[in-house]
Amino acid sequence: MMTPVRTWNRKDLIGIEELSRPEIELILDTAPQFVAVSARESGIKKVPLLQGRLVVNWFYEPSTRTRTSFELAAKRLSADTLSIAASASSSVKGESLHDTLANIEAMHSDIIVLRHYYAGAPHMLAKRHASHIINAGDGRHEHPTQALLDAYTMLDHVRTLRGDRHATLDGLRVALIGDVAHSRVARSNIWCLTKLGARVVLCGPRTLMPPEIGRMGVDVSYNLHEAIHDADVIYALRIQLERQQSCLFPSLREYIKLFRIDRESLKVAPPHALIMHPGPINRDVELAAEVADSSRSVVLQQVTNGVAVRMAVMHLLANQPGRRTAPAATEERAP
Amino acid sequence: MPQPPEPSSTIVMHADAMAEVVHRLAQEIVGGNPDVEKVVLLGILRRGRPLADRLAAHIKEMTGISLPVGSLATTLYRDDLRAGMGHAQIGLAGTYFDFPIDDMTIVLVDDVLAAGRTIRAAMDEVMDYGRPARIQLACLIDRGGRELPIQPDYLGWTVAAGPREYVSVRLVELDGEDAVLLIPHPYKFGSGEASP
Repeated sequence: MMTPVRTWNRKDLIGIEELSRPEIELILDTAPQFVAVSARESGIKKVPLLQGRLVVNWFYEPSTRTRTSFELAAKRLSADTLSIAASASSSVKGESLHDTLANIEAMHSDIIVLRHYYAGAPHMLAKRHASHIINAGDGRHEHPTQALLDAYTMLDHVRTLRGDRHATLDGLRVALIGDVAHSRVARSNIWCLTKLGARVVLCGPRTLMPPEIGRMGVDVSYNLHEAIHDADVIYALRIQLERQQSCLFPSLREYIKLFRIDRESLKVAPPHALIMHPGPINRDVELAAEVADSSRSVVLQQVTNGVAVRMAVMHLLANQPGRRTAPAATEERAP
Repeated sequence: MPQPPEPSSTIVMHADAMAEVVHRLAQEIVGGNPDVEKVVLLGILRRGRPLADRLAAHIKEMTGISLPVGSLATTLYRDDLRAGMGHAQIGLAGTYFDFPIDDMTIVLVDDVLAAGRTIRAAMDEVMDYGRPARIQLACLIDRGGRELPIQPDYLGWTVAAGPREYVSVRLVELDGEDAVLLIPHPYKFGSGEASP
């Protein structure tokens, strides 16, 4: 069967909001071969697609999972990688983001993976600089590769379950539980899942729901049982414990009592429902340990798939036709 | 999904001829490998795979030995993708084989040999999985136009195709019929999955 002709022609990946469904699907359908590269039992877990390119990981916020995942993705594509931690960079000496990036680019960077505490920082840089910018999380705005790896994990599960590798997420019921308001993961996931045809319900304390819910195309419930009783996927968001100090919920005990996913609350959920979490987990806050470690939980598959999805994104950004000045191709080259 | 051939195309190989050629290729692979039990067949996706399955069936008939058959995608190793000239997509169907290749004789199977760049990619990919004793190449059609010093060990037919002609191999398994067509159009890149 011929796959429909789809090409990637964006320089950067800033958010899911601006992507079309075919663009999201192109990324998700590029990932399976990269999953296989990392899963090679014997031989070399690497392909030469980004050989000789420079990928710079530039992180202004702490991150282990995302930074490691991007670094591994770049390495498995045979790229050279460089990490810049903001605390050790010239930003502490007052250099602007533009100047720092201009200096990185003077060393011929190809892809910049940026995490920044200001929403819009990757967008601002992408407009002025030639490198491909990948947003690895900006403020409360977006974390697009997290949403893509989450969607891939759901899709992979649905496709395996139905034995149909072209199955889609149309109609899938996903419950996002917890602190939606402060979560860029939630925001990217909402855009991604609704564009892919899934039905999303948000659930958590009222104070942790975003004001713009009305135009996001999702349902809201303030009752956990109501939100998960028909869910195919239960996605627990991380409770940022520091939020409690800003009095957004009365006590952790109350949150746990009302919204924690545990064996008890799962009794109302369908037995096939998948448990997901973007990590790092506050054990026994959002997810009970017995659930996080159960066979229904795919949190570690999310991590595994994250590398492959990031490989797909880097490949699509940096290897798109016409973007680089390649040596002149012979006309009428034989296939 | 079977698609009708282009109206202006010429059939250069019919189903009967193809069956004979595949049978002969199987005989030559057996003849070329006294230790035939050390042979594994890797079909290059997409049309190399059904051809590899057919070769394995013939070899089983001749020798009683079932050779392992696997699939090679080669897309992740293509030089045109890497250089940013890529028009081929990385499709869903990937490389898959579940047998070791160390110290084995690998016969790469492809439908059409042209520039030789796909075979270069295939060899690089195989080498990332292990260290075969040797690699051989079986092709149904050599259409000429080589850009690399690569020649087949087992060749069906040579078809003298001009630079503006496209050789299309159609197989029952994928296209609903067995035939080789010569299509008088320049090959269009980007027309679907990587199908060199």
